[in-house]
Amino acid sequence: MSGPSTYNPQSGFERWLDSRLPLPRLLHDTIHTFPTPKNLNIWYTFGGILAFCLGVQIVTGIVLAMHYVANANLAFNSVEGIMRDVNYGWLIRYIHANGASMFFLAVYIHMFRGLYYGSYKAPRELIWIIGVLIYVLMMATAFFGYVLPWGQMSFWGATVITNLFTAIPVVGGHIATWLWGDFAVGDATLNRFFSLHYLLPFIIAGVVGLHIWALHVPGNNNPLGIDVKSPQDTVPFHPFYTVKDAFYLTLFVILFAGFVFYAPDFFGNPDNYQPANPLVTPPDIVPEWYLLPFYAMLRSIPNKLLGVIVMAGALVTLVFLPWLDTSRVRSCRFRPLMKQFFWVFVVACVLLGYCGSQSVDAVKLGIPMVWVARIASLYYYAFFWLILPIVGLIETPKKLPASISQSVLPSAAPAE
Amino acid sequence: MAATISDAGTTRRDFLYVATGAVGGVGVAAAAWPFIDQMNPSTAALAMGSTEIDLTAVQPGQQIVYKFRGQPLFVRRRTPAEIASAKDVDVSALPDPLARNLNLPDSTLANDADRATKPEWLILVGVCTHLGCTPTVSTPQMPEGDYGGWLCHCHGSMYDTAGRIRKGPAPQNLLVPQYTFLSDTRVKVG
Amino acid sequence: MRLTHLSLGIAFGLLTTASAFAAEAIDTKRLHPKHVEFEFEGPFGTYDRGALQRGYQVYKEVCAACHAVDHLAFHALGEPGGPEFTEAQVRALATAAKVPAEPNDKGETTDDKGTPLMRSATLADHLPAPFPNENAARANNGGALPPDLSMIVKAREGGAAYVYAILTGFHEKAPAGFKVTEGKYFNPYFEGWNIGMPPPLNANSVTYSDGTKATIEQEAHDVVTFLAWAAEPKMEERKRVGFGVMVFLIAFAGLLFAAYKKVWKDVH
Repeated sequence: MSGPSTYNPQSGFERWLDSRLPLPRLLHDTIHTFPTPKNLNIWYTFGGILAFCLGVQIVTGIVLAMHYVANANLAFNSVEGIMRDVNYGWLIRYIHANGASMFFLAVYIHMFRGLYYGSYKAPRELIWIIGVLIYVLMMATAFFGYVLPWGQMSFWGATVITNLFTAIPVVGGHIATWLWGDFAVGDATLNRFFSLHYLLPFIIAGVVGLHIWALHVPGNNNPLGIDVKSPQDTVPFHPFYTVKDAFYLTLFVILFAGFVFYAPDFFGNPDNYQPANPLVTPPDIVPEWYLLPFYAMLRSIPNKLLGVIVMAGALVTLVFLPWLDTSRVRSCRFRPLMKQFFWVFVVACVLLGYCGSQSVDAVKLGIPMVWVARIASLYYYAFFWLILPIVGLIETPKKLPASISQSVLPSAAPAE
Repeated sequence: MAATISDAGTTRRDFLYVATGAVGGVGVAAAAWPFIDQMNPSTAALAMGSTEIDLTAVQPGQQIVYKFRGQPLFVRRRTPAEIASAKDVDVSALPDPLARNLNLPDSTLANDADRATKPEWLILVGVCTHLGCTPTVSTPQMPEGDYGGWLCHCHGSMYDTAGRIRKGPAPQNLLVPQYTFLSDTRVKVG
Repeated sequence: MRLTHLSLGIAFGLLTTASAFAAEAIDTKRLHPKHVEFEFEGPFGTYDRGALQRGYQVYKEVCAACHAVDHLAFHALGEPGGPEFTEAQVRALATAAKVPAEPNDKGETTDDKGTPLMRSATLADHLPAPFPNENAARANNGGALPPDLSMIVKAREGGAAYVYAILTGFHEKAPAGFKVTEGKYFNPYFEGWNIGMPPPLNANSVTYSDGTKATIEQEAHDVVTFLAWAAEPKMEERKRVGFGVMVFLIAFAGLLFAAYKKVWKDVH
């Protein structure tokens, strides 16, 4: 909860600095004494993990940019030069490539956490909306970044996605040409994508600052979804959550290191180790796994423009979430009906991702995957526009505990 | 630490925190090393760092200029007259009495024998020790400078037939790089 | 008589049509690569030095006629984690190889007959390609382009096992009804079963300098090991550093867990 600052400068130097640039005060108030609910569980640690991931991507990215050449004739070879000749280049490249996957893994857990515990509800609507903006910026950054190695998937993924703009009536073709800087994806496109890929993470960092600032006004939500009632409900952020987050971050890094050192190409596609060839299309063009659900939505609609609208609409829908949910109870722990629809939603998203990885005419267990994608997309939209509003009105929530401190007393019923 | 932690068991708890912090610090330092080392020359750059030169085409009194590590490399086949004039010098009176030969200890003096181990072949880094220009070689047909070696046109430094500075603003003799003769006609530099 | 001819003719027509339909019905999806083990697999796997050196020999004597390994430089052949030839050996290999020379004093890059001027390779040079450009490669290979092999193990689904299956899969018999395309060769481990490459390996295609018996399987195993290294020369370093990192992280996680429990001990 934001309140009066508790910072008390001790030394003469601290007083001098505090009266000129109150940075230590800001740090003290936000990550030292900041009162945080004491019942946060593992799902609340991913915000800190995301900040770590952003830092890792920026540092490894800047270092890679010292060796990478953004020219269509040289890009692929410059990446191989990094892998073979630059000292520890292989390590920095694998960290950056797998870091993108870990970044999205963390952001999806972070977003599903927000959905489950009602963290998007008043007064935190703007935190959620800023978060959606960060998510969209991440997707754009990842898209630009994947083009840079200039492999087959880089080139053809760029071609497919930029061609989506031609779906826009009248101006679509001109927009696509403007994006390409040429008649098709080529060297001009690669250069501008490199520039934008370098730029966007810093914009993300700024928006993350807004995200945390907006969070610090009401303070964190918690698994019970009930407001903090007294200081007994909270602990100072340091050392309680600094140490706890450090521990969970280390577990996350163990998983990260497992991929980097023992399965570095697990998330990748072998086709991207072939240099881009504008004359040969790979048999199956797929984006990276974290974009597959949207890819599946896009391909499930036979009409090009409608497919684009359905895909983009799925993202726009997220912005309206705080107002679509009519329940006065935040956390799904106390919403027995909503909880079930939530898990079906998770399954629908995973199914969409799977459909995206298969070719359009794939048939598994006798079921055409395109129909699975259509049903899952329908559920996605129904979840936000029908289920959330209706269930909030008809559901009988469980009784909420009186306060956070009350709920963690031994006599309280065990939470789920 | 925050006031909510009790004081009991302070020593053991503090040791744990100190140990954790120290291990974390070591981890951060170890993680930082690759990011620093990546800026060092890559194996591709290092592979370019040594080169082999074929000397068969160089005539006595002729100099070839090779590109080595991004800079000019002078390989000069000296005539007996040039060798003689290089030997006939009081080394202690030179502006720079040191050999500046990377194959020998730093304190070696600039005797001609310590500038060119095979007297016929003088191998020098062709960068003037004043401000980095490329000196022009002196030949009997086109003399440059007063000492038969090189003249740097930028600010007038003059080098003799062993590449030693004799006159002008340059503070040091031209540098002799690391080299080894693989045969009479092939030298590996770097 | 006419009726017999007619019925025979109809029967023949039906049969050929049926077999044509049967041929279309064969699924020419590539077979899953047979199970094969390589020493470099697994979290502690390393490249077998002998296999790498023999594999280089197979590449140079058999594959280099058509396939380039553009990303491999000569100096890599002597670096740790690879074939680890001695510096003298690597210099000899480099000097024996010819690469296009820089323009001579007259500014020419070809001699009077139009042949490109060549010079010995140095350690910094990459292994020379058999053809100067794609068109030349296609012209010499019946229109097919022999792919560059420096990344092939990473650029194909199935990796080393896939490449090994291709190299050892030429002896398999085509199923009845499958007609191999003119100019191509049958290999069921290649998508579509028609591959442009003639079987490259035979028993004793090379004579190994270390005396190993050169069966097709041995040659294929060695060259695939070499190509796996060519695609990822830093694999051994990666696994070695990875082990140290994992040990450190698990220990650090243990310390942090203890610290976390201590910090939270008296809360609630």
